[in-house]
Amino acid sequence: MSAETNDAMLELEAVTKSFGEGEARVEVLHGIDLRVRRGELVALVGPSGSGKSTLLNLIGLLDRATSGVLRVQGREVGPLDDAALTKLRGETLGFVFQFHHLVPALSVVENVMMPAALRAGGFDAAMRARATALLEAVGLKGQGERLPRQLSGGMQQRVAVARALMNDPPLVLADEPTGNLDTQSSDQVFELLRERHRELGTAFVIVTHDPTLAARCERVVRLVDGRVVADGTPDEVLEDRRARKA
Amino acid sequence: MRLALHLAWRFLREGRAQSILILAGVTIGVAAYVFVSSIISSLQKDLLSRTLGTQAQIVVSPPEPESRVLRDEGGVFLRRVEPPEPRRRPFDGWLRHVRTLESTDGVSAVCPKVAGPALAARGAAERAVLVVGADPSRLREIVDLASKLREGAYRTDGDQALVGDGLADELGLRLGAPFRVTTDRGPTTLRVAGIFDSGAASLDDGWVVTSLRTAQTITGRPGDVTELDLRVDDVYEAEVIAASIEAQTGLEAVSWMERNRDLLTALQSQDQSSTMIRVFVMLAVAMGIASVLVVSVVQRRGQIGILRAIGATRRLVLGVFLLQGAIFGVIGALLGVGLGAAFAKGLGNVTLFAIELEPSILIGAALISLATGLVSALLPARSAARLDPAAAIRGDG
Repeated sequence: MSAETNDAMLELEAVTKSFGEGEARVEVLHGIDLRVRRGELVALVGPSGSGKSTLLNLIGLLDRATSGVLRVQGREVGPLDDAALTKLRGETLGFVFQFHHLVPALSVVENVMMPAALRAGGFDAAMRARATALLEAVGLKGQGERLPRQLSGGMQQRVAVARALMNDPPLVLADEPTGNLDTQSSDQVFELLRERHRELGTAFVIVTHDPTLAARCERVVRLVDGRVVADGTPDEVLEDRRARKA
Repeated sequence: MRLALHLAWRFLREGRAQSILILAGVTIGVAAYVFVSSIISSLQKDLLSRTLGTQAQIVVSPPEPESRVLRDEGGVFLRRVEPPEPRRRPFDGWLRHVRTLESTDGVSAVCPKVAGPALAARGAAERAVLVVGADPSRLREIVDLASKLREGAYRTDGDQALVGDGLADELGLRLGAPFRVTTDRGPTTLRVAGIFDSGAASLDDGWVVTSLRTAQTITGRPGDVTELDLRVDDVYEAEVIAASIEAQTGLEAVSWMERNRDLLTALQSQDQSSTMIRVFVMLAVAMGIASVLVVSVVQRRGQIGILRAIGATRRLVLGVFLLQGAIFGVIGALLGVGLGAAFAKGLGNVTLFAIELEPSILIGAALISLATGLVSALLPARSAARLDPAAAIRGDG
């Protein structure tokens, strides 16, 4: 294992993903090679239908690659069964989804506690204290006992961020985390992610359509038609886009 | 388990209207189960106690003599063999048989009895009766006349006798009144010690109950009995026990089931229809629970996907939905058993028979309700556990 591999949070080698069978088979990702280091803040950009969400699902261990190798913290996930994948996901990953996806039946603080509760098999006082502190950190002090539907969209997305950070995962995957928010809420949510990245060295892979948000990341990966067509600093990748437009 | 229960409860609380409706359905189903079961069971018990309260569950008597043909070489061909003429058959060794039967498995009481026809008369009034003689404490184990005494005492010593209220009215008998009992051996005078009302016309109009010795004298059977009456632990085992007694002793043993075929058929038909009603009611409950949970799984696809994404195992998801079924089952059982019991008790006030709430029916209904909840939740729970998290989050899988 190389030094680079040791430093890798995520490694994808020649990963493909197809849907359907026979004549209806469609290959969405074509031989993706990608490496995300620990503590990196990566934006994944590309037009709709380019395979960003599919790639995020593979990285998030929610789906399996059709071929190729995917390693999380150096561990190859292909041979793992569903239970092992679930365990690895719970220990390693945090998720922030585009549409908040909180559990409406649970209170805000219970939603935040859920990743820890799923690991421990129940809620406890220490979890509640940590969840309350996280809610405070995302600006939702005193909102813990409310139900998600009693909060605005921006507030719900901040709850989702708090939930993603509950287990202190080394990698957080965010799918359009600011997609449905106004500019102010969008800034607040992104700043939260960036703070976490700076303070704890948490790695982030953020799928976004928003070039402004992508420009604030350390690295931008552009996906077009299921292939990585550009990978570099925001200036390199986003300039490349401007050049192509020109 | 704790977390699964928490989530299950929260999911049910979230879909409150749906949950309340299906809970009402389960409650009504369980109540109907308890109600029907209690009514049928009590009705059967009442019928049985009315029937068996006035007769032995097994009657053991000496075997019928068979007509035997003596054959010679080149004998005569007989076109027809007549049964022997009825005559008194002594019950040889009845005391030994009593001891054997008392130690037979399933037999709880044995009463040697003499019964024979006679004519009871007082003044000019006459009536054909059956003189029944037995040890009073043993007879009480078979036909409990003591508890059915309308007046007088349960005494049959000396010339004391018990008569039914029908016979007393017919002959104008009062307590202490003498009356004549006549057989081919001549007349005997008895006195009325008690008048009973058993509810069975054959007893109330026709029985004269006296001691074994007196009845032996009246019927001309000194030291003999006509039959041994048996009570068994489980009335429905009577036929099997009777067959085993016949096989072991060579005596003739007839169970109440054989003597009351029509009643038995009626009881069995009641059982079958009651079972069908209960099965269909619980099927309807199961389908109700299953349909609500299927809808719940469809409605919560996204949430299930998210829970799976953030670390929920398939087993936990399975548990969450199974527990929802179990919660419907348990709460429905508690409410339904209470409601069914209240209905049954309420009806008991207007029926001619007492309605008993048997613990076995109540516990059975509760267990069936829980099992129905779990079984009906199985399919939706499995489909929830099998949801592909990525597809569930996308909302298309």
